[in-house]
Amino acid sequence: MTAVAPGKPRAVPEVGRDTPELRARLQAIWESRRGLLGWLSSVDHKEIGLRYIVTSFVLLVIGGVEALALRLQLAGPDLSLLTPEQYNILFSTHGMTMIFLYASPILSGFSNYLWPLMLGGRDMAFPRLNALSYWIYLAAAVFLYTGFLVGAGPNDGWFNYVPYGELQYNPGLNQDYYALGMVLLGLSTTVGAANFIVTLLRMRAPGMSINNLPILVWGTMTASVANLIVVPAVSLAFFMLWLDRQFGTQFFQPQAGGQPLLWQHLFWMFGHPWVYAIVLPAMGMVSDGLPIFCRRPLVGYTAVALGTVATMLLGFGVWVHHMFATGLPGLSLSFFSAASILIAVPSAIAVFAWIATIWLGRPVVTTAFLFFASMIVLFVIGGVSGVMTGSVPVDWQLTDTYFVVAHLHYVLIGINVFPVVGATYLWFPKMTGRLLDERLGKWSFWTMFLGFNLGFLPMHLVGLWGMPRRVYTYPAELGLGPTNLIISIGSFVFAVGVLLFFVNIVASLRSGARCGDNPWDGPSLEWATSSPPPPYNFAVVPTIVSRHPLWEDRLQERDERSNLGEGMLLDQGKLALATSSLDAEPLRILEMPEDTIIPFLLSVSLLLLFFGLLLKNVPLTLIGGIAGALSLVGWFWPRLGLLEREAAHG
Amino acid sequence: MAELAETRPAALPVGPTGSEGVGRSGMLALIATEGALFGYLLFSYYYNGGSGGPNWVAEARPDLRLALPNTILLLLSSLVIWRAEKATRLGDRRTALLGSGLTLLMGTVFAVVQWFEWKAKSYGIGASSAASLYYVTTGFHMAHVVVGLIVLALLFLWTWLGYFSPVRRIVFTNGALYWHFVDGVWLFVFTTYYLTPYLGFGR
Repeated sequence: MTAVAPGKPRAVPEVGRDTPELRARLQAIWESRRGLLGWLSSVDHKEIGLRYIVTSFVLLVIGGVEALALRLQLAGPDLSLLTPEQYNILFSTHGMTMIFLYASPILSGFSNYLWPLMLGGRDMAFPRLNALSYWIYLAAAVFLYTGFLVGAGPNDGWFNYVPYGELQYNPGLNQDYYALGMVLLGLSTTVGAANFIVTLLRMRAPGMSINNLPILVWGTMTASVANLIVVPAVSLAFFMLWLDRQFGTQFFQPQAGGQPLLWQHLFWMFGHPWVYAIVLPAMGMVSDGLPIFCRRPLVGYTAVALGTVATMLLGFGVWVHHMFATGLPGLSLSFFSAASILIAVPSAIAVFAWIATIWLGRPVVTTAFLFFASMIVLFVIGGVSGVMTGSVPVDWQLTDTYFVVAHLHYVLIGINVFPVVGATYLWFPKMTGRLLDERLGKWSFWTMFLGFNLGFLPMHLVGLWGMPRRVYTYPAELGLGPTNLIISIGSFVFAVGVLLFFVNIVASLRSGARCGDNPWDGPSLEWATSSPPPPYNFAVVPTIVSRHPLWEDRLQERDERSNLGEGMLLDQGKLALATSSLDAEPLRILEMPEDTIIPFLLSVSLLLLFFGLLLKNVPLTLIGGIAGALSLVGWFWPRLGLLEREAAHG
Repeated sequence: MAELAETRPAALPVGPTGSEGVGRSGMLALIATEGALFGYLLFSYYYNGGSGGPNWVAEARPDLRLALPNTILLLLSSLVIWRAEKATRLGDRRTALLGSGLTLLMGTVFAVVQWFEWKAKSYGIGASSAASLYYVTTGFHMAHVVVGLIVLALLFLWTWLGYFSPVRRIVFTNGALYWHFVDGVWLFVFTTYYLTPYLGFGR
């Protein structure tokens, strides 16, 4: 290959074979430095993905413990384990934690780790932005939980309706922590989404065309496009709430021409697409995982891929179904009800595709298979209760009852937690080189599955019987005590199952059976790398001709085979290949950025800035703001190494 | 025996060349999300105004004497930075310096005039929902102008340092693209807050 240099804008990439010498060269180029500074500076997508996964699992445990406290309080009528104020903070913090700090980041973690491996690339399009998105996520979690720890957690539900969120009804810093924390978290989600989109458009191996993508990639891409467009709605809503509270603006104050319903519109314009953003990638995990254990390709790949996109497109136009009880005009109710019920169609396509894949395959019942297959059941239950609440007259009966709580947990636990745990069983060997224990895994699965259904199925009933949600207790005369006790027992059984899962992870990290590159005999590219993969992922740039590069000899779909052993070397520096959007044809050679501490510094600056704003502390705000601005200038300073500029005066 | 696929491209561009590179896609993504942000701001205005009573707007007939020329100035600055970008494309450093410097000046004048525009208003940010929306939307825009001015100053500095050439100039192109966005989105803000009251919205 001609040397890559600022003065030489074009080069012919050298093609060669995968050799140990090449691997040694690439290792030296791509490896992160050791030590704390090296750790804080790493921009390796696998490292960042793992950090995302670990952090969000920690938050899953925290949110779970909060839920157990709530279930203790609700185990019998008229209990007073928690005061109403404590209950409000706990159920709101539980929702915030699970929805914002666990459900989305965990999927970002898996996608971050897996995307470049699945796509045959060496990293994400913007490695530094990737690091930034993780550090801001961590900063937002620290910010929000600081509020919780000083007794100022959110106390108005995760959707935080006004006017109760306004200052006159809600003094104290609770709402300010939540509002500013959500703006901060929005930055993380947005930059992460932009990174996924550009990575999808540019960072794929030659031949990894749009019809060869794993469904997980379709799911995360769809979610990312949605996030890019809808996250500003919620960031703006929270920012306006903070201004209303601290600077006397009147956005949501009816006495001065404001509209409380504006909050609900902005929140759900974001909130409903967000629900799909936290399930579509997880559905992708099932679509990619099930076929491995059914020993056959997914049935209806194209329909499932397009169904993913269709779900999100429809999902942009259904936010009002969260507001059926707010007194909207009949035309609006009809329109949004019809659109909501229509979403059953693309969802059903996925369900039928999964069932057909199992039906037509030869299932190997591993723990991962159990989690993926059981998800179909939970998805159908959550989907049907969703169609019910999508119908206006039914919703008027069910809204604000435990029926809705049951529905949303079937959706979020059923379509997020179960696939994610399954995905952990599937990809843990790739990430660590060790298998999770199957025996303990099956114990963990059955405990989780039975506990979950014992806990959440009866919630439909208490909801139909009229138990309101978000209320800290209920009187004995309602006769809801025994059912609530069953629910509480179920939730604790479920928690034991989750605990077994984490025990399995910790134990297997130390003493799990060692595995090879492809322990499950999977078809996609990530299984072609070593376990764990080297920092550069692929020594030579592979050429892909099908959806199942590792199953081609078996499937005999075509004469040509994907080439994983010979390809572009790109070994003269930290180089990666950019390809075209649809057909993935080579487009350009990219100089990838080295590790850098700037994303970490920028996140620390932002954390200071947001604490400054919260406390209205001018020096702190200025320090955070100026440090952040300087970090950005340093970040964007055109670099010779990245070929963003010519050698000055050269 | 099945045949192995091969990719043997001829010469490929290395790094960002001309206006092409992943950085450009990144800038477009930023503009998409920022555009959405302004979309939600304007939605809030039309929603609150549309569901509010009569006399909802802060001013029935907003004064255009400063705002209209200022709008024209901002739009013209887009033309100037476009010319400066073209000069970078042609390797004409003098014109690029002149153009980015002039854009910086025009943007600064816009910001100062907008400051006086705020000072001249008879109502504060908490006077009404319409007033809050006016100050916060124009304030959001001003924040983008300030970021844009810093970007323009850096482009001027980097051009002066001789960083850019016809081939390596994506940073300049992206900076100019951001400035076009700042100018373009103002047209929507201006139309909403200064012109729709004349059409009867919120009155």
